[in-house]
Amino acid sequence: MGEVIVITSGKGGVGKTTTTANLGTGFALMGKKVVLVDADIGLRNLDVVMGLENRIVYDLVDVTEGNCRLKQALIRDKRYETLFLLPAAQTRDKTAVSPDQMEKLCKDLAQDFDYVVIDCPAGIEQGFKNAIAGADRAIIVTTPEVSAVRDADRIIGLLEAEGKHNPKLIVNRIRPHMVRKGDMMDIDDIIEILAVDLLGIIPEDEYIVISTNRGEPAVVNPASLASTAYKNISRRLMGENVPLMSMETENGFFGKLRKFLGFKEG
Amino acid sequence: MFDLIQKMFGKESSGSKEIAKERLRLVLVHDRVNVSPQFMEILKEDMIKVISNYMEINEQEMEVNLTHSNTSVALVANIPVNRMKRGALMQD
Ligand SMILES: Nc1ncnc2c1ncn2[C@@H]1O[C@H](COP(=O)(O)OP(=O)(O)OP(=O)(O)O)[C@@H](O)[C@H]1O
Ligand SMILES: [Mg+2]
Repeated sequence: MGEVIVITSGKGGVGKTTTTANLGTGFALMGKKVVLVDADIGLRNLDVVMGLENRIVYDLVDVTEGNCRLKQALIRDKRYETLFLLPAAQTRDKTAVSPDQMEKLCKDLAQDFDYVVIDCPAGIEQGFKNAIAGADRAIIVTTPEVSAVRDADRIIGLLEAEGKHNPKLIVNRIRPHMVRKGDMMDIDDIIEILAVDLLGIIPEDEYIVISTNRGEPAVVNPASLASTAYKNISRRLMGENVPLMSMETENGFFGKLRKFLGFKEG
Repeated sequence: MFDLIQKMFGKESSGSKEIAKERLRLVLVHDRVNVSPQFMEILKEDMIKVISNYMEINEQEMEVNLTHSNTSVALVANIPVNRMKRGALMQD
């Protein structure tokens, strides 16, 4: 039996889809059999971020409604042998699926895959409830902003109410130079306020935009900072003890220059 | 010179992080209470349990509320006491 992981956030646009694509591809790069599930029905995005938008025939709702077999709807990513995508339906809405159907779907997928990674829609309504229904564990993505952290807190409460305990937190789009200036909340602040475990930190990285343009997850480019950060998170989820690397909090050239000049990191 | 370098490397601060933290702290006090409507009832019951060790109170008249202002949240309790429990007071 594989593990079903849902990537959620409450607030929109904080990096759920980016995170789903990168963590999933990260698992596949390490030889795991992975399926990414786009649960954002009506607003599908994961296909485009993965560069698989031209290969969709059937979707998640076709599976739950019995229009096709599960295997028929899975798109194999030709670049990485063990990576698959189950796309969302684009012309339907969240009410086309029920939490019970999602739970069954996740169970079926977990039979065949090491990791089932679910991209949750923004919000706290039915789409959220569907996305978390079959999950063994939840990952919450936030950014270092009041509104995003506030929504993350709400999501933690709702997950708890649904019996999903101990969610782990990813803080995305950290800008180290702003943290240093005291103009951005730092990781310790956020962790203390939310009282959850930190899974990792993703820096703000232009390469995320470039890789999204190309339809190739950033994690495949070892030169990007976000790639290293995402790879570390995938490894942590696989049970490895990977310390938070200074790279994850340092801003490349800037950080090195500061070190060179002998400034103590705050 | 040192100041200049500090500035160049972004040490000067408008401190907006502290403002963000404080606003977040306050907003979450409100949010977390609102998440569960039973919250005040559970709190009240626990308070009664603890206070009853020391005094007899009028549970019907007891009032426990969170009061909100722009900059703070306070727990305000008004608990009429019927009588003190002698035994509890005598214990060290
Ligand atoms: N670390 C990062 N650095 C730079 N850009 C980022 C980073 N993370 C995400 N982005 C950008 O932010 C935007 C939103 O990301 P994404 O689509 O992953 O968010 P989402 O949470 O899935 O949004 P939605 O709630 O709409 O589904 C995208 O354009 C993405 O490229
Ligand atoms: Mg998304």
